[in-house]
Amino acid sequence: MAEEQVEAEDIMPDWSAFRGVLIVVEQRDGIAKQVSWQLLGEGKKLANKLETKLMALVIGHEVEHLAQEAISYGADEVYLCDAAELKTYRTRPYSRVCLKMIHEFKPEIVLFGATATGRDLAGAIATHLPTGLTADTTQLDVEEHPSRLLLASRPAFSEKMMATILCKQYRPQMATARAGVFQALPRDTTRQAPIKRIDNEMREEEIATRVMDFIRETGTINLEEVEVIVAGGRGLGGAEPFKMLQELADALGGVVGASRAAVDAGWIGHDHQVGQTGQTVRPRLYFAIGISGAVQHTVGMSSSDVIVAINKDENAPIFQFAHYGIVGDLFKIVPAITEAVKSKRGLFASVGGQAHE
Amino acid sequence: MLHLVVCIKQVPDSREIRIDPKNNTLIRQGVPSIVNFYDLHGLEEALRIKDEQGARVTVVTMGPPPAEKSLKECISLGADEAVLVTDRGFAGADTLATSYVVASTISKIAETWGPVDMVFCGKQTLDGDTGQVGPGVACRLDLEQLTYVTKVVKVDEEQRRVTVHRHLEDGIEVVETSMPLLITALKELNKVRRASLPGMIRAARYKPTVWTTADFPDLDKAQIGLKGSPTIVAKTWVPEIRSINGERIEGENEQSTAEQLIAKLWEGELPTRMGWTG
Ligand SMILES: Cc1cc2nc3c(=O)[nH]c(=O)nc-3n(C[C@H](O)[C@H](O)[C@H](O)COP(=O)(O)OP(=O)(O)OC[C@H]3O[C@@H](n4cnc5c(N)ncnc54)[C@H](O)[C@@H]3O)c2cc1C
Ligand SMILES: Nc1ncnc2c1ncn2[C@@H]1O[C@H](COP(=O)(O)O)[C@@H](O)[C@H]1O
Repeated sequence: MAEEQVEAEDIMPDWSAFRGVLIVVEQRDGIAKQVSWQLLGEGKKLANKLETKLMALVIGHEVEHLAQEAISYGADEVYLCDAAELKTYRTRPYSRVCLKMIHEFKPEIVLFGATATGRDLAGAIATHLPTGLTADTTQLDVEEHPSRLLLASRPAFSEKMMATILCKQYRPQMATARAGVFQALPRDTTRQAPIKRIDNEMREEEIATRVMDFIRETGTINLEEVEVIVAGGRGLGGAEPFKMLQELADALGGVVGASRAAVDAGWIGHDHQVGQTGQTVRPRLYFAIGISGAVQHTVGMSSSDVIVAINKDENAPIFQFAHYGIVGDLFKIVPAITEAVKSKRGLFASVGGQAHE
Repeated sequence: MLHLVVCIKQVPDSREIRIDPKNNTLIRQGVPSIVNFYDLHGLEEALRIKDEQGARVTVVTMGPPPAEKSLKECISLGADEAVLVTDRGFAGADTLATSYVVASTISKIAETWGPVDMVFCGKQTLDGDTGQVGPGVACRLDLEQLTYVTKVVKVDEEQRRVTVHRHLEDGIEVVETSMPLLITALKELNKVRRASLPGMIRAARYKPTVWTTADFPDLDKAQIGLKGSPTIVAKTWVPEIRSINGERIEGENEQSTAEQLIAKLWEGELPTRMGWTG
């Protein structure tokens, strides 16, 4: 990003040929990434404010059902490019399709998930066009007609600050946006909208890159897409008590998270860490157990829908963020909550204490 | 012999930057400058390939004159040549303008020292934090692009094919492509070596090649620096984390506290949205 604002060049060119908000849908093996539907939800707000249409671009092989899904999640127009060469993501053929669509249908805003694939693709396309691209946004807004500017905001300086970035002299305006920040619309399968097909122009012989294998990681978790997180911190005192958290997580259909103190101590893997140097999460329910509530932790979880804090120190800062606070010893309270959940849900403890449906 | 180019950036160690609570501005004073650590992993990988099969390693950075310090650090680790592209006109560049200058410099490096087979970038920088410069450079030089690389499995000089592991959110992709190509490095790629004594001695005497706009007669001035940057920072602010100070739950004992909490949680729409029974 450029550091200063250019005031003198604020005369806007005529962008009336560019209309609509485009979401580039990401998928693997015909299953869409949640962030794509989340972006459709956010894109709808932007499109409404601009009084324009919400577009989706679906690329892949045998992904027609995703075009339909995109409509269910709010798209007013879907562009579909379905070809064997596009089965797995590769930069060149995918960017060729995106560029063709953008040149032909001229959206004014294009959004991608800030995933490995989304960033890879967006970086290539922005340079080709060329246009401005804002990375890793967490807040999106637009100015109404006539400026129609995208106000793309993102954390900066290790999340200590937020910056709003504009692209005044180029169209489309592009951004990648973080998973788990925006909200998808409820899925409405009765919605109908046109699906336009786009041809794939790259033949296999022209593509140098081959994807040889994909090793799915089952051990690691993407906390950004989880609905319930039961997180523990230094207050747990060791690796063993994380099992107690796992039991509560199991009973609620969630996963275990952690503060950096717990990760640094080696009690749990880094892929469980929430916060500035971990993941930014927004589950429906977040338990902070034995976590003091340092700002580096809370930046990563404070937008959760419901936060429950358990800490023996009644002055712990985490209580400022909690919808429900319990002062007391976590070793007594957590098992009691797990039991209460199980009896409420009619789950019965098996020998290992694991919950079964 | 393979020619490998490593793109590095000298950055303020943003982990050390604090916010002045009085006026919400960044305190940059006393913040040390370092080589962006992802870039060091890119360099390490180039040096590893050099050790194993022989290669020339050239390091490049676009930045102000003090960035020479970072180039010397790379020389001390084992890079053969280092190039600093510096000019007042480059100031204020966003990722598009940066990738234009870095790509132009790599073309000139190829003219000077021979064709380039592989370019290494970091996953992202600590200050810009976009990860966009790598794909930008690849696009401008028409290189194959392999981002988020955690392992270089094979560099086949004869077939001109390279196999790597890419780390995606849901797993590891094994992918093969042709040279010339660009890789962006994750920290899992390798462990960065320490400088050797001969390396340090060479670095102490080494003077990086310095190029300015005058060395690029064909450079389009409209595409560099602030002028060539489509994105502008309109404002910055310190996010106010909302403080809720919700309800305290306090029963006579743990059981009653737990039951009260569950009753509260079950009041909202959570159980239906989650499909919880009971
Ligand atoms: C650059 C940088 C990046 C960072 N990134 C992150 C990040 O991504 N994520 C992160 O979490 N942190 C991060 N941190 C660290 C952060 O500043 C804190 O140090 C960390 O979050 C503290 O973890 P904690 O709350 O588990 O530990 P503590 O602060 O030690 O808190 C432990 C809490 O447990 C309570 N407790 C103890 N025993 C019990 C008991 N029996 N019952 C109930 N409560 C009990 C205590 O009262 C205390 O409040 C970062 C720091 C820096 C400098
Ligand atoms: N000014 C620069 N000079 C050379 N390489 C750079 C520069 N800026 C960024 N890079 C490279 O591009 C990568 C991604 O940077 P960024 O897009 O800023 O996150 C970095 O890790 C570097 O390898």
